[in-house]
Amino acid sequence: MKIVENRKIWFAISAAIIIIGLVLGAVRGFNVGIDFTGGTLMEIELHKAVPVEEIRAIVNEFDATANVNLLGEERTMAQIKTTKDLDSSERTEIFKAFKEKYDLPEEDFLRIDQFGPAVGKEIQRTALLAIIVSALGMLAYITYRFEVRFGLAAIVALIHDVLIVVAVYSILRIPVNSPFVAAILTILGYSINDTIVVFDRIRENLRFLKKNNYAEVANTSITQTVSRSINTSLTTLITIVALYVLGVEQIREFALPLMAGIMAGTYSSIFIASPVWVMLKEAQKRNSGNPTPEVK
Amino acid sequence: MRIKNAIIFILVLAIVGLAAFTAFNGLQVGDRTIRPVKDSIKQGLDLQGGVFVLFEAQTDATGAELDQLMNQTIGVFRRRVDAFGLTEPTIVREGDKRIRVELPGVKNAQEAISMIGKTAQLQFIAADNEEVVVTGNNVKKAEVAFYDNEPNPVVSLEFDVEGSNKFSEATGRLAQLSNQMDKIIYIVLDDQVISAPVVGERIPSGRAQISGKFTVEEASNLASLIRAGALPVNLEEVQTSTVTATLGVNALSKSVKAAQIGILLVLLFMLIYYRLPGLVANIALTIYVLIVLGVYVAVNATLTLPGIAALILSVGMAVDANVIIFERVKEELKTGKTIRASIDSGFKRAFRAIMDSNITTLIAGVVLYQFGTGPIKGFAVMLIIGILASMFTAIVVTKFILKLIVGMDLTKNSKLFGA
Repeated sequence: MKIVENRKIWFAISAAIIIIGLVLGAVRGFNVGIDFTGGTLMEIELHKAVPVEEIRAIVNEFDATANVNLLGEERTMAQIKTTKDLDSSERTEIFKAFKEKYDLPEEDFLRIDQFGPAVGKEIQRTALLAIIVSALGMLAYITYRFEVRFGLAAIVALIHDVLIVVAVYSILRIPVNSPFVAAILTILGYSINDTIVVFDRIRENLRFLKKNNYAEVANTSITQTVSRSINTSLTTLITIVALYVLGVEQIREFALPLMAGIMAGTYSSIFIASPVWVMLKEAQKRNSGNPTPEVK
Repeated sequence: MRIKNAIIFILVLAIVGLAAFTAFNGLQVGDRTIRPVKDSIKQGLDLQGGVFVLFEAQTDATGAELDQLMNQTIGVFRRRVDAFGLTEPTIVREGDKRIRVELPGVKNAQEAISMIGKTAQLQFIAADNEEVVVTGNNVKKAEVAFYDNEPNPVVSLEFDVEGSNKFSEATGRLAQLSNQMDKIIYIVLDDQVISAPVVGERIPSGRAQISGKFTVEEASNLASLIRAGALPVNLEEVQTSTVTATLGVNALSKSVKAAQIGILLVLLFMLIYYRLPGLVANIALTIYVLIVLGVYVAVNATLTLPGIAALILSVGMAVDANVIIFERVKEELKTGKTIRASIDSGFKRAFRAIMDSNITTLIAGVVLYQFGTGPIKGFAVMLIIGILASMFTAIVVTKFILKLIVGMDLTKNSKLFGA
């Protein structure tokens, strides 16, 4: 397979998706969840289909900017989302208004999620920190076990996967909230796992390196591991699709980016990581002029 | 050799089968009962319903002073939460100024939150006009004291400036009334009268004593009740999450169904694609799921919705190690080696790839655990347990069973190994 030689095509495909996602994100904004902006989310079971306008009329008395949705199979669940961080007594007032109008018992106040604005910033900060720390940890480990160019190539593939997932979030308007952080970190782990298996093969095949033809070694190694890469993604995808199809709302929000992440991870381990490694190796060859291949 | 291997293989199958049955249905041997896994795993708030609130103290205090404030507040929370009679409430300090309160199984979530976070639930009510004189907010101190002229301990109170003025005015008025029943100041906590002292004289200083025929224990109980009426610091709800039990139960049953179907599909895929080794991998996978659930019960981890997602995801990833091994064995077979030799060298070569790839994933899991809170932490725990268990089952269990099968000498047909 001539994977390394055609790298411009693979890089272009990825770049296109990432650019579309980021441009869309910049133009119309991300669907940022209340965990990140601060705000309140409430869900109330009304037991009957009620026009959205009617619910809005009640909510408007408290916060005219609130977002009102109907959820559930019968569309009988009112979801009220506001960027105002409502305190306990304000929330009680809102529920009381619904309670009186529709004669509801206490247990119909199904869900409340409230985040102060500071919490959102903290989650963002820790998420970014977690990504950087784990990337550095992985880079260190790969450099120790392989060589620094493998580590750098793996990190490039990793950043690629994260960007693809961010693009998917932007294109499909999936809410960016705390499951987003978990999804991104899972993808970090998964994608690197995939990449390492290909790199392991390259490490092994470097023994047969002829005339410093790194591209050939990479191509051979990718061919040898490709059925494993595809089978592993398939089994993982099967389980996540099951989660997406059968799971509840919060799980689905988590499953969708994971599906994108696993596909991106498989793609990058085949089409990004190894070509990048070859580029790094060739740059090293040009710079040092040292023909002795490095076997580690 | 063949018979010995066959017996061990059947034994393994029987043990795995029994363990799987126990995990699903529980087991009763004599008077010992093993509960099924679904009853032994601690469920998170998102699955069983309940309230989670993160409070932040509005204070500039630091060091020991802050620690004392926080401990007092946690103490007050405990007393208030105990009033709900819940089985497993969690009240812990998080970071410097935050307190995380988790109340699983609370029925009326909204009421619970306002009850816990209320600054003042304590009221001093004058008997004559039934008006509130002061609240718990005004109480600066409440402690047991002993006086020379009193044989019994008293509860000594100290009010803030505003409280002192109001208390002085009210006691002045009450002291002049003639009817004994009108001279009472009721101390009310959560609509319950905890003490009803009679006012003897005007108390202008802001320092009062409640005396009676208290034992030391009674006096200190009363003092701590009065203290519990007032949080030592203002608290802001920075994060709240409540889920009703119905919503949680629904999430659990749907996710469990998704897990079952997902795992079943993976087992089928492995069997169809890898045939005999696929069957071995499926036995290993069953053991994997049992180990993960067992460890979960053993470390008393809390299962959350993201945790279930991680479990299901980890099943997909656990297959990976097996896939790496089988692909390697297949390659070795293609070079013309015997089945036995191919298994040996296939495992040896796959080992490095499995170790390196899993350890890098483990790094992500550990970082996630370090930085995450709540459900994210639950997810990380599941991920870490999953990676370790999958390495163990693939490297130890799969190899063991594959060798047993080869030892039974059932076939020399390498097609059964996917080659």
